[in-house]
Amino acid sequence: MLLTPRLLLTLVTSLVLAATVHARAGRPAQSAIILATTTSTQDSGLLDVLVPRFEKERGIAIKVIAVGSGAALRMAARGDADVILVHAPAAERRYVEAGDLVDGRAVMHNDFVITGPGDDPAGIRALTSVNDVMRALATRGAFVSRGDDSGTHSQELALWAAARIDPRSIQRREETGQGMGATLSIADQRRAYTLTDRGTYLSLRRRLKLAILFQGDASLRNLYHVYAVNPAKNPRIQRDAARTFIDFLVSPPIQQAIADFKRAEYGESLFFPDALPQ
Amino acid sequence: MPEVFAAIALRTILVSGAATALAVLVGVPVGYVIARRSFRGRTMLLGLINTGMGMPPVVVGLVVWLLLVRSGPFGDLELIYTQRAMVLAQFLIATPIVIGFTTASFQALSPRLPDLLIVLGAGRIRRLWLLAREAKLGLLVAIMAAFGAIVSEVGASMIVGGNLERSTRVLTTAIVTETSRGEVERALALGLVLLVMSFVVNLSLTIVQQRSRT
Repeated sequence: MLLTPRLLLTLVTSLVLAATVHARAGRPAQSAIILATTTSTQDSGLLDVLVPRFEKERGIAIKVIAVGSGAALRMAARGDADVILVHAPAAERRYVEAGDLVDGRAVMHNDFVITGPGDDPAGIRALTSVNDVMRALATRGAFVSRGDDSGTHSQELALWAAARIDPRSIQRREETGQGMGATLSIADQRRAYTLTDRGTYLSLRRRLKLAILFQGDASLRNLYHVYAVNPAKNPRIQRDAARTFIDFLVSPPIQQAIADFKRAEYGESLFFPDALPQ
Repeated sequence: MPEVFAAIALRTILVSGAATALAVLVGVPVGYVIARRSFRGRTMLLGLINTGMGMPPVVVGLVVWLLLVRSGPFGDLELIYTQRAMVLAQFLIATPIVIGFTTASFQALSPRLPDLLIVLGAGRIRRLWLLAREAKLGLLVAIMAAFGAIVSEVGASMIVGGNLERSTRVLTTAIVTETSRGEVERALALGLVLLVMSFVVNLSLTIVQQRSRT
């Protein structure tokens, strides 16, 4: 019998040690700041470009936690993050007023579009007012909602409210509780309408039959803001590092990088910088 | 992308391997005691452990997350969104599984065996070891079930690890990310890596299990 108690113990100990060493190796000298952000910045791949560059240029490690804007704001309110990048302006205002967020800056925008099956059963393509579109969707179309308290979800609720429709009264509206990519795929399979940010739609377009059926209205602007979390929330919050990240995002080279992100691939920008000097 | 896949696979093995090893270190002695001793509340305890074997990992993840976030009671340890947090969550998921299977396999042995070993003059540790050898079939099932449960688990790893690209993304959370990005081929390839990895680990354990017990 090869297995002896000593051998087994050695095996177990070395596995635990190896895991510890491995975990240590991944740790930067300074403790990393936590960036709570939205799934759209993560799923589009934008942060895969910006975060490594920030870490290299500024020497500060970042942990990116991709959740909905609502969850990111609540993390900020509890002091569980150092900095947040979100797109839910109405909700953001409440947290700013409550003193949870400081040093806010506009970073970039893109827009929301309403996608649906190409044959457009609700007939929204011909409509010009966003309120008419929402009313048509409420009566004639199946609608798939994020339902996850994300920036996109809160935008959708704002659109229903503006059209004076109670979303719970719509029979053929369903909430997925999932990210934009998953929600688009569900809408696609169910031949339903959905509200999406243009960036995620473009990056998934080749897999979807959904078409953009309504766009361009001023109320469909999708604004991304970055905030530092109020350092009074928790002694561990690293305000200086958070501010460094904010300064980085609004710096001209990074604003340019945002404008150029995937532009060659899609023939149009996914995000438009909002902090470039005019 | 093979380097990225390899890094994620290695990380997955290390995290789940460490959690399994810790669960065995704790679970086997506890299972042995429950199997051998009779004490008040023993059946109740076993009932709880057997329930724990089917505990939803995502609930464990949620509780560990609440404990480890900055605003939680152990926030000062700065363990949230680290591999160690993942090991902790997976350890909590795996331990009831190890205890449950261990108890059953020790109970399946002849109840006279321990007394026999005492008569033969074996010390306490030696006794546990010899009995464990006798219960080897069941104990390896315990290890395989525990490792299989946590290596394939996604909810807890996602919540407490944060799915960070270079430190806490494991195969299952990477599959979720790639799927939501629409990268279905990459997601499938990662799934294949996970399956092959599980197969190699389980085959090795099965070889140890099935080797003649001489």
